[in-house]
Amino acid sequence: MQFAGLVVVGIIMLVFLGVQGLKLQFFFGVIIPYLALVVFCLGLIGRVVKWGRSPVPFSIPTVHGQQKSLPWIKASAIDSPVTTAGVVARLALEVLFFRSLFKNVKAELGEGRRLTFTWEKWLWLAGLLFHWSFLVVIFRHLRFFTEPVPAVVHSLGSLDGFFQVGLQAFFITDLIILATVLYLLLRRVCIPQMRYISLPADYFPLFVIFGIALSGISMRYFFKVDIAAVKKLAMGLVTFKPVLPEGIGVIFYIHLFLVCVLFAYFPFSKLMHMAGIFMAPTRNLANDSRARRHVNPWNYPVKVHTYADYEAEFGRKMEEAGLPVENSQAKVS
Amino acid sequence: MAMYNGRSIVTGLVLFFALLTFPFWYGLGAAPAPEPDLNTPAIQKLVEKKCVENREFMRANHMELLKEWRNAVVRTGNRVYIAGDGKKYEMSLQNTCLDCHANIPPKQVKTTSNQLSQVQFCNSCHSYVGVKPDCWTCHIQPKEGR
Repeated sequence: MQFAGLVVVGIIMLVFLGVQGLKLQFFFGVIIPYLALVVFCLGLIGRVVKWGRSPVPFSIPTVHGQQKSLPWIKASAIDSPVTTAGVVARLALEVLFFRSLFKNVKAELGEGRRLTFTWEKWLWLAGLLFHWSFLVVIFRHLRFFTEPVPAVVHSLGSLDGFFQVGLQAFFITDLIILATVLYLLLRRVCIPQMRYISLPADYFPLFVIFGIALSGISMRYFFKVDIAAVKKLAMGLVTFKPVLPEGIGVIFYIHLFLVCVLFAYFPFSKLMHMAGIFMAPTRNLANDSRARRHVNPWNYPVKVHTYADYEAEFGRKMEEAGLPVENSQAKVS
Repeated sequence: MAMYNGRSIVTGLVLFFALLTFPFWYGLGAAPAPEPDLNTPAIQKLVEKKCVENREFMRANHMELLKEWRNAVVRTGNRVYIAGDGKKYEMSLQNTCLDCHANIPPKQVKTTSNQLSQVQFCNSCHSYVGVKPDCWTCHIQPKEGR
Protein backbone atom coordinates (compact mmCIF):
# COMPACT_ATOMS: atom_id res chain seq x y z
CA MET A 1 0.00 0.00 0.00
CA GLN A 2 2.78 2.38 0.94
CA PHE A 3 4.56 1.54 -2.30
CA ALA A 4 1.51 2.15 -4.49
CA GLY A 5 0.72 5.32 -2.59
CA LEU A 6 4.25 6.63 -2.97
CA VAL A 7 4.19 5.92 -6.71
CA VAL A 8 1.02 7.98 -7.12
CA VAL A 9 2.39 10.82 -4.99
CA GLY A 10 5.59 10.64 -7.07
CA ILE A 11 3.57 10.86 -10.28
CA ILE A 12 1.75 13.94 -9.03
CA MET A 13 5.00 15.59 -8.00
CA LEU A 14 6.55 14.70 -11.34
CA VAL A 15 3.79 16.52 -13.20
CA PHE A 16 3.95 19.44 -10.82
CA LEU A 17 7.69 19.84 -11.37
CA GLY A 18 7.43 19.15 -15.10
CA VAL A 19 4.68 21.67 -15.74
CA GLN A 20 5.42 24.30 -13.13
CA GLY A 21 9.19 24.09 -13.17
CA LEU A 22 10.30 22.85 -16.56
CA LYS A 23 7.31 24.12 -18.57
CA LEU A 24 6.77 20.77 -20.25
CA GLN A 25 3.15 21.57 -21.14
CA PHE A 26 3.46 20.12 -24.62
CA PHE A 27 4.91 16.89 -23.29
CA PHE A 28 2.23 16.43 -20.64
CA GLY A 29 -0.62 17.92 -22.65
CA VAL A 30 -0.10 16.36 -26.07
CA ILE A 31 2.59 13.69 -26.27
CA ILE A 32 1.65 11.76 -23.14
CA PRO A 33 -2.10 11.53 -23.94
CA TYR A 34 -1.42 10.20 -27.44
CA LEU A 35 1.17 7.80 -26.09
CA ALA A 36 -1.18 6.57 -23.37
CA LEU A 37 -3.98 6.01 -25.89
CA VAL A 38 -1.69 4.03 -28.21
CA VAL A 39 -0.40 1.91 -25.33
CA PHE A 40 -3.98 1.34 -24.17
CA CYS A 41 -5.25 0.26 -27.60
CA LEU A 42 -2.33 -1.97 -28.55
CA GLY A 43 -2.05 -3.42 -25.06
CA LEU A 44 -5.74 -4.19 -24.89
CA ILE A 45 -5.79 -5.83 -28.32
CA GLY A 46 -2.67 -7.82 -27.47
CA ARG A 47 -4.11 -9.07 -24.21
CA VAL A 48 -7.47 -10.00 -25.74
CA VAL A 49 -5.85 -11.78 -28.67
CA LYS A 50 -3.61 -13.66 -26.26
CA TRP A 51 -6.66 -14.79 -24.33
CA GLY A 52 -8.48 -15.62 -27.55
CA ARG A 53 -5.68 -17.95 -28.52
CA SER A 54 -6.01 -19.98 -25.34
CA PRO A 55 -8.20 -23.02 -25.89
CA VAL A 56 -10.95 -23.92 -23.47
CA PRO A 57 -10.41 -27.62 -22.74
CA PHE A 58 -13.57 -28.25 -20.80
CA SER A 59 -17.12 -26.99 -20.72
CA ILE A 60 -16.93 -25.19 -17.39
CA PRO A 61 -19.79 -22.72 -16.95
CA THR A 62 -20.48 -21.93 -13.32
CA VAL A 63 -24.20 -22.03 -12.85
CA HIS A 64 -26.68 -21.19 -10.16
CA GLY A 65 -29.68 -23.14 -11.37
CA GLN A 66 -31.07 -26.34 -12.73
CA GLN A 67 -29.60 -27.50 -15.99
CA LYS A 68 -31.97 -28.26 -18.83
CA SER A 69 -32.56 -31.98 -18.89
CA LEU A 70 -35.89 -33.83 -18.94
CA PRO A 71 -38.95 -31.88 -20.02
CA TRP A 72 -40.73 -32.25 -16.68
CA ILE A 73 -37.78 -30.87 -14.69
CA LYS A 74 -38.02 -27.11 -14.57
CA ALA A 75 -34.81 -25.66 -15.99
CA SER A 76 -33.37 -22.28 -15.13
CA ALA A 77 -33.00 -20.46 -18.44
CA ILE A 78 -30.78 -17.61 -17.24
CA ASP A 79 -28.98 -19.00 -14.21
CA SER A 80 -28.10 -22.14 -16.11
CA PRO A 81 -28.31 -20.99 -19.73
CA VAL A 82 -28.54 -23.57 -22.45
CA THR A 83 -28.92 -21.23 -25.42
CA THR A 84 -26.78 -18.33 -26.66
CA ALA A 85 -29.62 -15.95 -25.78
CA GLY A 86 -29.53 -17.27 -22.24
CA VAL A 87 -25.76 -16.76 -22.08
CA VAL A 88 -26.12 -13.20 -23.38
CA ALA A 89 -28.84 -12.44 -20.85
CA ARG A 90 -26.80 -13.85 -17.97
CA LEU A 91 -23.64 -12.04 -19.04
CA ALA A 92 -25.53 -8.78 -19.51
CA LEU A 93 -27.04 -9.02 -16.03
CA GLU A 94 -23.59 -9.81 -14.68
CA VAL A 95 -21.92 -6.89 -16.45
CA LEU A 96 -24.67 -4.38 -15.74
CA PHE A 97 -25.70 -5.39 -12.22
CA PHE A 98 -22.88 -7.62 -10.86
CA ARG A 99 -25.30 -10.42 -10.04
CA SER A 100 -22.65 -12.84 -8.85
CA LEU A 101 -21.29 -10.27 -6.42
CA PHE A 102 -24.83 -9.84 -5.11
CA LYS A 103 -24.61 -13.41 -3.87
CA ASN A 104 -21.62 -12.42 -1.75
CA VAL A 105 -21.75 -13.71 1.81
CA LYS A 106 -19.44 -13.34 4.76
CA ALA A 107 -18.33 -16.57 6.41
CA GLU A 108 -17.64 -16.41 10.15
CA LEU A 109 -17.07 -18.84 12.97
CA GLY A 110 -19.80 -17.88 15.39
CA GLU A 111 -20.59 -19.11 18.86
CA GLY A 112 -19.85 -22.73 19.54
CA ARG A 113 -17.51 -22.87 16.56
CA ARG A 114 -20.48 -22.78 14.23
CA LEU A 115 -19.78 -21.54 10.73
CA THR A 116 -22.30 -18.89 9.80
CA PHE A 117 -22.80 -17.06 6.55
CA THR A 118 -24.03 -13.49 6.75
CA TRP A 119 -25.65 -11.31 4.14
CA GLU A 120 -22.97 -8.97 2.82
CA LYS A 121 -24.12 -6.48 0.24
CA TRP A 122 -21.87 -3.50 0.87
CA LEU A 123 -19.19 -4.63 -1.54
CA TRP A 124 -21.79 -5.20 -4.23
CA LEU A 125 -23.39 -1.83 -3.60
CA ALA A 126 -20.11 0.10 -3.52
CA GLY A 127 -18.76 -1.77 -6.54
CA LEU A 128 -21.87 -1.18 -8.58
CA LEU A 129 -22.12 2.49 -7.65
CA PHE A 130 -18.43 2.95 -8.33
CA HIS A 131 -18.55 1.43 -11.81
CA TRP A 132 -21.73 3.21 -12.84
CA SER A 133 -20.49 6.55 -11.52
CA PHE A 134 -17.23 6.09 -13.37
CA LEU A 135 -19.13 5.40 -16.57
CA VAL A 136 -21.31 8.47 -16.09
CA VAL A 137 -18.25 10.60 -15.31
CA ILE A 138 -16.47 9.39 -18.45
CA PHE A 139 -19.58 9.97 -20.51
CA ARG A 140 -19.99 13.47 -19.09
CA HIS A 141 -16.43 14.25 -20.16
CA LEU A 142 -17.55 13.89 -23.77
CA ARG A 143 -18.51 17.54 -23.55
CA PHE A 144 -14.80 18.30 -23.77
CA PHE A 145 -14.18 15.98 -26.70
CA THR A 146 -17.14 16.66 -28.96
CA GLU A 147 -18.23 19.75 -30.84
CA PRO A 148 -21.18 20.24 -30.98
CA VAL A 149 -21.88 18.43 -27.73
CA PRO A 150 -24.49 15.67 -28.34
CA ALA A 151 -27.83 16.29 -26.67
CA VAL A 152 -27.61 13.05 -24.71
CA VAL A 153 -24.43 14.27 -22.98
CA HIS A 154 -26.30 17.42 -21.96
CA SER A 155 -29.30 15.52 -20.62
CA LEU A 156 -27.16 13.12 -18.63
CA GLY A 157 -25.19 16.06 -17.28
CA SER A 158 -28.30 17.89 -16.15
CA LEU A 159 -29.67 14.72 -14.57
CA ASP A 160 -26.39 14.13 -12.77
CA GLY A 161 -26.20 17.79 -11.81
CA PHE A 162 -29.70 17.82 -10.37
CA PHE A 163 -28.41 19.27 -7.12
CA GLN A 164 -26.85 22.67 -7.15
CA VAL A 165 -24.25 24.30 -4.98
CA GLY A 166 -23.96 28.05 -5.36
CA LEU A 167 -24.32 28.75 -9.05
CA GLN A 168 -22.84 25.47 -10.17
CA ALA A 169 -24.41 22.14 -10.81
CA PHE A 170 -23.15 19.66 -8.28
CA PHE A 171 -22.56 16.29 -9.87
CA ILE A 172 -23.77 13.57 -7.56
CA THR A 173 -21.52 11.02 -9.32
CA ASP A 174 -18.49 13.05 -8.21
CA LEU A 175 -19.43 12.41 -4.62
CA ILE A 176 -20.38 8.77 -5.21
CA ILE A 177 -17.18 7.85 -7.00
CA LEU A 178 -15.04 9.45 -4.32
CA ALA A 179 -16.97 7.77 -1.51
CA THR A 180 -16.99 4.34 -3.15
CA VAL A 181 -13.30 4.41 -4.07
CA LEU A 182 -12.60 5.32 -0.48
CA TYR A 183 -14.76 2.41 0.65
CA LEU A 184 -12.98 -0.03 -1.67
CA LEU A 185 -9.65 1.25 -0.36
CA LEU A 186 -10.58 1.17 3.32
CA ARG A 187 -12.01 -2.31 2.87
CA ARG A 188 -8.56 -3.50 1.85
CA VAL A 189 -6.84 -1.60 4.65
CA CYS A 190 -9.18 -2.29 7.55
CA ILE A 191 -10.18 -5.93 7.08
CA PRO A 192 -7.11 -7.97 8.11
CA GLN A 193 -7.78 -10.81 5.66
CA MET A 194 -8.20 -8.35 2.79
CA ARG A 195 -5.07 -6.51 3.79
CA TYR A 196 -3.13 -9.78 3.85
CA ILE A 197 -4.05 -10.69 0.28
CA SER A 198 -3.74 -7.16 -1.15
CA LEU A 199 -0.80 -6.34 -3.35
CA PRO A 200 0.54 -3.07 -4.77
CA ALA A 201 -1.35 -3.95 -7.97
CA ASP A 202 -4.58 -3.82 -5.94
CA TYR A 203 -3.84 -0.49 -4.29
CA PHE A 204 -2.31 1.30 -7.25
CA PRO A 205 -5.45 1.55 -9.44
CA LEU A 206 -7.47 2.64 -6.41
CA PHE A 207 -4.98 5.38 -5.60
CA VAL A 208 -4.82 6.51 -9.22
CA ILE A 209 -8.61 6.63 -9.53
CA PHE A 210 -8.84 8.40 -6.19
CA GLY A 211 -6.27 10.92 -7.46
CA ILE A 212 -8.19 11.41 -10.70
CA ALA A 213 -11.46 11.96 -8.88
CA LEU A 214 -9.93 14.25 -6.31
CA SER A 215 -8.04 16.37 -8.85
CA GLY A 216 -11.12 16.57 -11.08
CA ILE A 217 -13.38 17.58 -8.23
CA SER A 218 -10.93 20.18 -6.91
CA MET A 219 -10.57 21.55 -10.42
CA ARG A 220 -14.32 21.83 -10.76
CA TYR A 221 -15.22 23.25 -7.38
CA PHE A 222 -12.12 24.78 -5.80
CA PHE A 223 -9.09 25.58 -7.96
CA LYS A 224 -10.77 26.57 -11.17
CA VAL A 225 -9.10 26.41 -14.52
CA ASP A 226 -10.06 28.01 -17.81
CA ILE A 227 -12.44 25.34 -19.04
CA ALA A 228 -12.75 26.77 -22.56
CA ALA A 229 -8.98 26.47 -22.91
CA VAL A 230 -9.16 22.89 -21.65
CA LYS A 231 -11.71 22.08 -24.31
CA LYS A 232 -9.51 23.72 -26.94
CA LEU A 233 -6.69 21.40 -25.90
CA ALA A 234 -8.98 18.35 -25.91
CA MET A 235 -10.46 19.22 -29.31
CA GLY A 236 -6.96 19.75 -30.66
CA LEU A 237 -6.10 16.24 -29.56
CA VAL A 238 -9.14 14.56 -31.11
CA THR A 239 -8.83 16.44 -34.40
CA PHE A 240 -5.09 15.68 -34.57
CA LYS A 241 -4.30 19.39 -34.65
CA PRO A 242 -2.81 19.73 -31.19
CA VAL A 243 -2.88 23.20 -29.71
CA LEU A 244 -1.62 24.31 -26.35
CA PRO A 245 -3.75 27.13 -24.99
CA GLU A 246 -2.16 29.40 -22.41
CA GLY A 247 -3.23 29.65 -18.84
CA ILE A 248 -4.40 26.17 -17.88
CA GLY A 249 -3.59 25.52 -14.24
CA VAL A 250 -1.19 22.79 -13.18
CA ILE A 251 -4.02 20.87 -11.50
CA PHE A 252 -5.40 20.12 -14.95
CA TYR A 253 -2.11 18.57 -16.01
CA ILE A 254 -2.07 16.46 -12.85
CA HIS A 255 -5.60 15.26 -13.62
CA LEU A 256 -4.74 14.55 -17.25
CA PHE A 257 -1.51 12.73 -16.44
CA LEU A 258 -3.19 10.51 -13.86
CA VAL A 259 -5.82 9.62 -16.47
CA CYS A 260 -3.04 8.82 -18.95
CA VAL A 261 -1.29 6.68 -16.34
CA LEU A 262 -4.51 4.78 -15.78
CA PHE A 263 -5.00 4.27 -19.52
CA ALA A 264 -1.44 3.11 -20.11
CA TYR A 265 -1.47 0.88 -17.04
CA PHE A 266 -4.84 -0.61 -17.89
CA PRO A 267 -3.87 -3.41 -20.32
CA PHE A 268 -1.23 -4.78 -17.98
CA SER A 269 -3.31 -4.87 -14.83
CA LYS A 270 -6.31 -6.38 -13.11
CA LEU A 271 -8.35 -3.64 -14.72
CA MET A 272 -8.48 -5.86 -17.78
CA HIS A 273 -11.46 -7.51 -16.12
CA MET A 274 -13.33 -5.08 -18.34
CA ALA A 275 -12.55 -7.31 -21.33
CA GLY A 276 -11.97 -10.46 -19.31
CA ILE A 277 -15.54 -10.73 -18.07
CA PHE A 278 -16.66 -11.33 -21.65
CA MET A 279 -13.99 -13.97 -22.21
CA ALA A 280 -14.39 -15.94 -19.01
CA PRO A 281 -15.39 -19.52 -19.96
CA THR A 282 -17.22 -19.87 -16.66
CA ARG A 283 -19.51 -17.08 -17.86
CA ASN A 284 -19.63 -17.22 -21.63
CA LEU A 285 -20.26 -20.92 -22.19
CA ALA A 286 -23.74 -22.39 -22.39
CA ASN A 287 -24.46 -25.16 -19.90
CA ASP A 288 -25.35 -27.63 -22.65
CA SER A 289 -22.92 -30.41 -21.88
CA ARG A 290 -25.76 -32.94 -21.87
CA ALA A 291 -26.88 -31.91 -25.34
CA ARG A 292 -23.65 -31.11 -27.12
CA ARG A 293 -20.21 -32.57 -26.87
CA HIS A 294 -17.51 -30.08 -25.98
CA VAL A 295 -14.39 -31.04 -27.87
CA ASN A 296 -11.11 -29.89 -26.42
CA PRO A 297 -9.65 -27.75 -29.18
CA TRP A 298 -6.11 -28.69 -28.30
CA ASN A 299 -6.82 -32.38 -28.77
CA TYR A 300 -3.94 -33.64 -30.88
CA PRO A 301 -5.07 -35.61 -33.92
CA VAL A 302 -3.91 -38.96 -32.55
CA LYS A 303 -3.04 -41.55 -35.20
CA VAL A 304 -5.08 -44.62 -34.33
CA HIS A 305 -4.66 -48.14 -35.61
CA THR A 306 -7.92 -50.02 -35.09
CA TYR A 307 -8.04 -53.78 -34.68
CA ALA A 308 -9.78 -54.06 -38.03
CA ASP A 309 -6.85 -52.28 -39.67
CA TYR A 310 -4.44 -54.41 -37.68
CA GLU A 311 -6.05 -57.59 -38.86
CA ALA A 312 -6.16 -56.37 -42.44
CA GLU A 313 -2.43 -55.82 -42.21
CA PHE A 314 -1.34 -58.91 -40.29
CA GLY A 315 -4.34 -61.26 -40.68
CA ARG A 316 -2.65 -63.55 -43.16
CA LYS A 317 0.44 -63.92 -41.01
CA MET A 318 -1.73 -64.50 -37.97
CA GLU A 319 -3.64 -67.23 -39.74
CA GLU A 320 -0.45 -68.83 -40.93
CA ALA A 321 0.74 -68.88 -37.35
CA GLY A 322 -2.55 -70.42 -36.30
CA LEU A 323 -3.86 -67.43 -34.38
CA PRO A 324 -7.62 -66.83 -34.31
CA VAL A 325 -8.83 -63.99 -36.54
CA GLU A 326 -12.22 -62.33 -36.86
CA ASN A 327 -12.35 -62.23 -40.65
CA SER A 328 -10.42 -65.03 -42.14
CA GLN A 329 -8.60 -63.78 -45.20
CA ALA A 330 -7.96 -67.33 -46.33
CA LYS A 331 -11.67 -67.73 -46.92
CA VAL A 332 -11.86 -64.45 -48.84
CA SER A 333 -8.97 -65.09 -51.09
CA MET B 1 -2.06 -19.90 -34.21
CA ALA B 2 -5.63 -18.81 -34.70
CA MET B 3 -8.05 -17.49 -32.11
CA TYR B 4 -10.92 -19.53 -30.78
CA ASN B 5 -14.26 -17.81 -31.33
CA GLY B 6 -12.29 -15.32 -33.39
CA ARG B 7 -15.36 -13.80 -34.98
CA SER B 8 -17.01 -12.88 -31.68
CA ILE B 9 -13.78 -11.53 -30.25
CA VAL B 10 -13.01 -9.39 -33.28
CA THR B 11 -16.60 -8.11 -33.37
CA GLY B 12 -16.35 -7.19 -29.71
CA LEU B 13 -13.04 -5.41 -30.19
CA VAL B 14 -14.30 -3.51 -33.24
CA LEU B 15 -17.41 -2.39 -31.35
CA PHE B 16 -15.36 -1.31 -28.36
CA PHE B 17 -12.90 0.68 -30.41
CA ALA B 18 -15.66 2.24 -32.47
CA LEU B 19 -17.11 3.55 -29.20
CA LEU B 20 -13.74 4.51 -27.76
CA THR B 21 -12.73 6.51 -30.82
CA PHE B 22 -16.11 8.24 -31.02
CA PRO B 23 -14.64 11.70 -30.28
CA PHE B 24 -12.12 11.24 -33.08
CA TRP B 25 -14.54 10.50 -35.88
CA TYR B 26 -17.24 12.73 -34.45
CA GLY B 27 -14.73 15.58 -34.34
CA LEU B 28 -13.76 15.33 -37.99
CA GLY B 29 -15.91 18.30 -38.98
CA ALA B 30 -15.68 20.14 -35.69
CA ALA B 31 -16.00 23.89 -35.69
CA PRO B 32 -13.03 25.83 -34.35
CA ALA B 33 -13.06 27.10 -30.79
CA PRO B 34 -14.90 30.39 -30.32
CA GLU B 35 -13.14 33.51 -29.12
CA PRO B 36 -15.35 35.58 -26.84
CA ASP B 37 -16.17 38.75 -28.74
CA LEU B 38 -14.72 41.76 -26.91
CA ASN B 39 -15.48 44.21 -29.68
CA THR B 40 -18.39 46.10 -28.11
CA PRO B 41 -18.85 49.88 -28.05
CA ALA B 42 -18.43 50.04 -24.28
CA ILE B 43 -15.19 48.10 -24.29
CA GLN B 44 -13.80 50.15 -27.16
CA LYS B 45 -14.37 53.28 -25.13
CA LEU B 46 -12.32 51.95 -22.22
CA VAL B 47 -8.87 53.43 -21.84
CA GLU B 48 -7.49 50.45 -20.01
CA LYS B 49 -9.10 47.35 -21.44
CA LYS B 50 -9.48 45.41 -18.25
CA CYS B 51 -12.36 43.56 -16.67
CA VAL B 52 -13.21 43.75 -12.97
CA GLU B 53 -10.32 41.44 -12.23
CA ASN B 54 -7.55 40.29 -14.53
CA ARG B 55 -8.24 38.21 -17.61
CA GLU B 56 -6.89 34.89 -16.34
CA PHE B 57 -8.89 35.17 -13.14
CA MET B 58 -12.05 36.09 -14.99
CA ARG B 59 -11.72 33.26 -17.49
CA ALA B 60 -11.44 30.63 -14.80
CA ASN B 61 -13.30 32.15 -11.86
CA HIS B 62 -16.03 34.45 -13.18
CA MET B 63 -18.70 32.15 -11.74
CA GLU B 64 -17.16 32.46 -8.29
CA LEU B 65 -17.22 36.22 -8.59
CA LEU B 66 -20.82 36.15 -9.74
CA LYS B 67 -21.74 33.94 -6.81
CA GLU B 68 -19.98 36.27 -4.42
CA TRP B 69 -21.80 39.23 -5.92
CA ARG B 70 -25.15 37.51 -5.78
CA ASN B 71 -24.70 36.60 -2.13
CA ALA B 72 -23.52 40.10 -1.22
CA VAL B 73 -26.36 41.84 -3.04
CA VAL B 74 -29.21 39.49 -2.16
CA ARG B 75 -28.24 38.62 1.38
CA THR B 76 -26.48 41.70 2.78
CA GLY B 77 -27.58 44.39 0.36
CA ASN B 78 -24.01 45.39 -0.33
CA ARG B 79 -23.68 46.53 -3.92
CA VAL B 80 -20.11 47.82 -3.93
CA TYR B 81 -17.32 45.54 -5.02
CA ILE B 82 -13.74 46.52 -4.34
CA ALA B 83 -11.54 44.87 -6.95
CA GLY B 84 -8.04 43.60 -6.41
CA ASP B 85 -6.59 46.85 -7.73
CA GLY B 86 -8.74 48.98 -5.39
CA LYS B 87 -11.26 50.09 -8.01
CA LYS B 88 -14.90 50.11 -7.03
CA TYR B 89 -17.61 48.49 -9.09
CA GLU B 90 -21.34 48.14 -8.75
CA MET B 91 -22.17 44.52 -8.16
CA SER B 92 -24.66 43.97 -10.95
CA LEU B 93 -24.86 41.45 -13.74
CA GLN B 94 -26.95 43.63 -16.02
CA ASN B 95 -25.48 47.02 -15.18
CA THR B 96 -21.83 46.11 -14.82
CA CYS B 97 -21.09 42.85 -16.65
CA LEU B 98 -23.46 43.22 -19.56
CA ASP B 99 -22.79 46.95 -19.79
CA CYS B 100 -19.50 46.03 -21.44
CA HIS B 101 -20.16 42.54 -22.65
CA ALA B 102 -23.15 43.27 -24.87
CA ASN B 103 -23.45 45.04 -28.17
CA ILE B 104 -26.18 47.23 -26.76
CA PRO B 105 -26.01 47.73 -22.99
CA PRO B 106 -29.19 46.69 -21.18
CA LYS B 107 -29.82 50.27 -20.03
CA GLN B 108 -30.18 51.45 -23.61
CA VAL B 109 -32.42 48.63 -24.75
CA LYS B 110 -35.83 50.18 -25.13
CA THR B 111 -37.84 47.97 -27.43
CA THR B 112 -37.78 44.27 -27.84
CA SER B 113 -37.10 44.58 -31.55
CA ASN B 114 -34.04 46.59 -30.62
CA GLN B 115 -32.70 43.89 -28.37
CA LEU B 116 -29.51 42.40 -29.61
CA SER B 117 -28.11 39.24 -28.33
CA GLN B 118 -26.72 40.39 -25.02
CA VAL B 119 -25.76 36.97 -23.88
CA GLN B 120 -23.85 36.10 -27.02
CA PHE B 121 -20.68 36.82 -25.09
CA CYS B 122 -21.59 34.29 -22.41
CA ASN B 123 -22.96 31.72 -24.82
CA SER B 124 -19.97 31.65 -27.14
CA CYS B 125 -17.99 29.79 -24.51
CA HIS B 126 -20.81 28.31 -22.47
CA SER B 127 -22.33 26.39 -25.34
CA TYR B 128 -18.84 25.38 -26.48
CA VAL B 129 -18.04 23.66 -23.19
CA GLY B 130 -21.62 22.54 -22.64
CA VAL B 131 -22.34 24.46 -19.46
CA LYS B 132 -25.70 26.09 -18.98
CA PRO B 133 -25.31 29.37 -17.09
CA ASP B 134 -27.60 29.69 -14.14
CA CYS B 135 -28.05 33.45 -14.52
CA TRP B 136 -31.32 33.44 -16.42
CA THR B 137 -33.32 31.56 -13.86
CA CYS B 138 -33.55 34.86 -11.93
CA HIS B 139 -32.50 37.52 -14.41
CA ILE B 140 -34.68 37.98 -17.45
CA GLN B 141 -32.91 36.62 -20.43
CA PRO B 142 -32.89 38.90 -23.45
CA LYS B 143 -35.19 37.46 -26.08
CA GLU B 144 -32.73 36.92 -28.87
CA GLY B 145 -30.27 35.27 -26.54
CA ARG B 146 -32.37 32.17 -26.53
